[in-house]
Amino acid sequence: MTMGEFISLHAGELLGLTMEHLVLVLVSTGIAILIGVPLGIVLTRKPALSKPVLGFANIMQTVPSLALFGFLIPLNIHLFNVKILGGIGARTAIVALVLYALLPIIRNTFIGISSVDPAIRDAGRGMGMTDRQLLFQVELPLAMGVIIAGVRVATVICVGTATIAAAIDAGGLGRYIFRGLRANDNLLILAGALPAALIAVGADLGLGYFERRIQLGGAFKAKSPKLVWSSAIVVLAFVAAAYFFAAAGGKRIAVGSKDFSEQVILGEIIAQGIETQTALRVERRFDLGGNLAHEALVAGEIDVYPEYTGTALLAILKSPPLKDPQEVYRRVAAEYARRFDLVLTEPLGFNNTFAILVRDEDARKLNLKTISDAAKISGNWRAGFGQDFMSRADGYPGFARTYGFHFNEVREMDLSLTYRALAEKQVDLIAGNSTDGLIARYGLTQLIDDRNYFPPYDAVPVARRDTLTKYPEVRAVLKKLGGILTVEQMRKLNYAVDGEKRQPKDVAREFLVSKRLLSRTDPAP
Amino acid sequence: MTTTDDQAAIEFRDVSFALPDGRTLLSHLNLGVQPGETLVLLGRSGSGKTTTMKLINRLIDPTSGEVRVEDRSTLDWDPIQLRRRIGYVIQEIGLFPHLTVEENIGIVPRLEGWAPERIRDRARALLKLVGLDADRFAARKPRELSGGQRQRIGVARALAADPPFILLDEPFGALDPITRREIQREFKTLQRELRKTMIFVTHDIAEAFLLANRIALLKDGAMIFLGPPEELLRSQDPEARAFAEGFSNAQIAGSPV
Repeated sequence: MTMGEFISLHAGELLGLTMEHLVLVLVSTGIAILIGVPLGIVLTRKPALSKPVLGFANIMQTVPSLALFGFLIPLNIHLFNVKILGGIGARTAIVALVLYALLPIIRNTFIGISSVDPAIRDAGRGMGMTDRQLLFQVELPLAMGVIIAGVRVATVICVGTATIAAAIDAGGLGRYIFRGLRANDNLLILAGALPAALIAVGADLGLGYFERRIQLGGAFKAKSPKLVWSSAIVVLAFVAAAYFFAAAGGKRIAVGSKDFSEQVILGEIIAQGIETQTALRVERRFDLGGNLAHEALVAGEIDVYPEYTGTALLAILKSPPLKDPQEVYRRVAAEYARRFDLVLTEPLGFNNTFAILVRDEDARKLNLKTISDAAKISGNWRAGFGQDFMSRADGYPGFARTYGFHFNEVREMDLSLTYRALAEKQVDLIAGNSTDGLIARYGLTQLIDDRNYFPPYDAVPVARRDTLTKYPEVRAVLKKLGGILTVEQMRKLNYAVDGEKRQPKDVAREFLVSKRLLSRTDPAP
Repeated sequence: MTTTDDQAAIEFRDVSFALPDGRTLLSHLNLGVQPGETLVLLGRSGSGKTTTMKLINRLIDPTSGEVRVEDRSTLDWDPIQLRRRIGYVIQEIGLFPHLTVEENIGIVPRLEGWAPERIRDRARALLKLVGLDADRFAARKPRELSGGQRQRIGVARALAADPPFILLDEPFGALDPITRREIQREFKTLQRELRKTMIFVTHDIAEAFLLANRIALLKDGAMIFLGPPEELLRSQDPEARAFAEGFSNAQIAGSPV
């Protein structure tokens, strides 16, 4: 597909995401100006505060966005019954963007005012201006060029950082970028990155022009204070609208998912199961990055999402690895109930663990069935592993020790690239995901983990206890979904989305129909 | 030198000023300025002239002693009210670069809440008074003016709200000699018309002689001479003689007085 075809096919969606992106940037920059400029002014009056305040803003800029989201989501702060801090969605994204945008605005306001010629300030004071008159009639107009330069930097930062907002279901062009990264689809990445870059360049040029005009003209003059006030009110209205949107709607069943195709497919399966078999309305909060789905579930932002038992054990409970699937399930279920008041429902039936993969032809020629078979002859082999596998507790070091591997070379690369590297014979063995659709497409064989090194990663929906108590019909639906998927079926569904570029909701619907959990005549979601 | 304190419009009573680091910029100044007179503060750079000025409009407060304006200590004045009664002209940088000539002149009237038409009329009248064509100059920005024009605007701005006092801090210091002589003579005419109480800072002895009713000579923060210009020429003080000599040389060179 060419970019032109893509745009004509998805024009509506592209426009919608661009609008979402613009609103995120406008609202965040607007709030940052409303906070940052007055704060910068205060600093010029109380210079002792400038070090701690600028220091704080500086530190905020260095906090990685996912870490910042992880900190903001569990918060639950209300003002007049409206949640103003915490949770997933645009609200949290805006708070994070504001924190990033503050530094350049505060700093430039402070510097702009501080660098007004002291003689001019003396002249103003000598003529009997009050501090307020000096600020509004002399200092601010003369500092305006520098302040606009700060706003310009803040806006460009916001345009870039807003792409990450997709990780917490805040929308924007980041959706395309994340989807493209997952599916290794350059066109999709470009479809998100290109408009974002255009917005950034446009904002930079526009504000740059404004800034130059102010500097050429000596300074900015608010032709009418009404204009300034009305733009401030428009920004505030945007903010209020965004908050009420986020807060509106009452309690529905919110189904979440992490940010890769398999999770979105499973999320759709759960969502459509609930939609067709209960009277409840379902809200989809998919594509949550990192451990944010778990945070959102604990915070009550979502009611259910699919998790993997091994991930729950290692990444969330931080327990040491365990081998026995039943033991892992029991341990996680008990700890989740005790610590988070969450329920582990019925496993979906497949195990998405690390799959040690070789080319079909090598497996046939060398008669490789198990990982031990490969370990014996791997002396001059090259291996390719993702960054994640190289570093995690159940990853490479223990793996090599358990099976006695001594590779000629171990190459660390992005997980999505390892499949192609193996197919193109740049490496001879990789650790993929057992449910990856690319396994069938590239003609790869999964070797049996004969020493049970890899802990089980059984897929299982996790739900809030209070939701299941309130809606027993949801509990019943999840029970029906128990054991419906094998590894091979999951691979096919993943390939339908990643390989054939089909929509997860269509793929999920077909699967549910084939399992007779849904009839062909049920209304489409 | 026949002043009595109760006549003075502005009066320094044993005023000293020191920086927080302890450096003394002005020590034990006693000085009365008569209503309607022009007192020139003369001295080298760093002699305390500008410090003396800033004490009058309360840009700084004395470390000890008191400054009285209209028989009231400056500390008892509301600084804003005090400053609006005192016109202030500093070297050309004092004009606001983001405002037009007319807006610059109209600042104090605007702060005082005058009606826009009245401010406009006043600005145009003052432009005429300082010898500039209102139609040509009212809408210009300071950077579009020559040094001499800017200085005229500075004087016009100080006169805008018709204050009883005017402080001029080396107002003509940055001008070329010919323009300076020209503007000094214009100012002399203006001075006679307006009859304001003026304090004029300069290090140019010829300027001091041209404009002063009395001269106060400062050195290292202390006043070492106070009197009419012709008395300065007779003074035996070495600093006064140094300045007086400069004046004689200038006259020999044919500089107009």
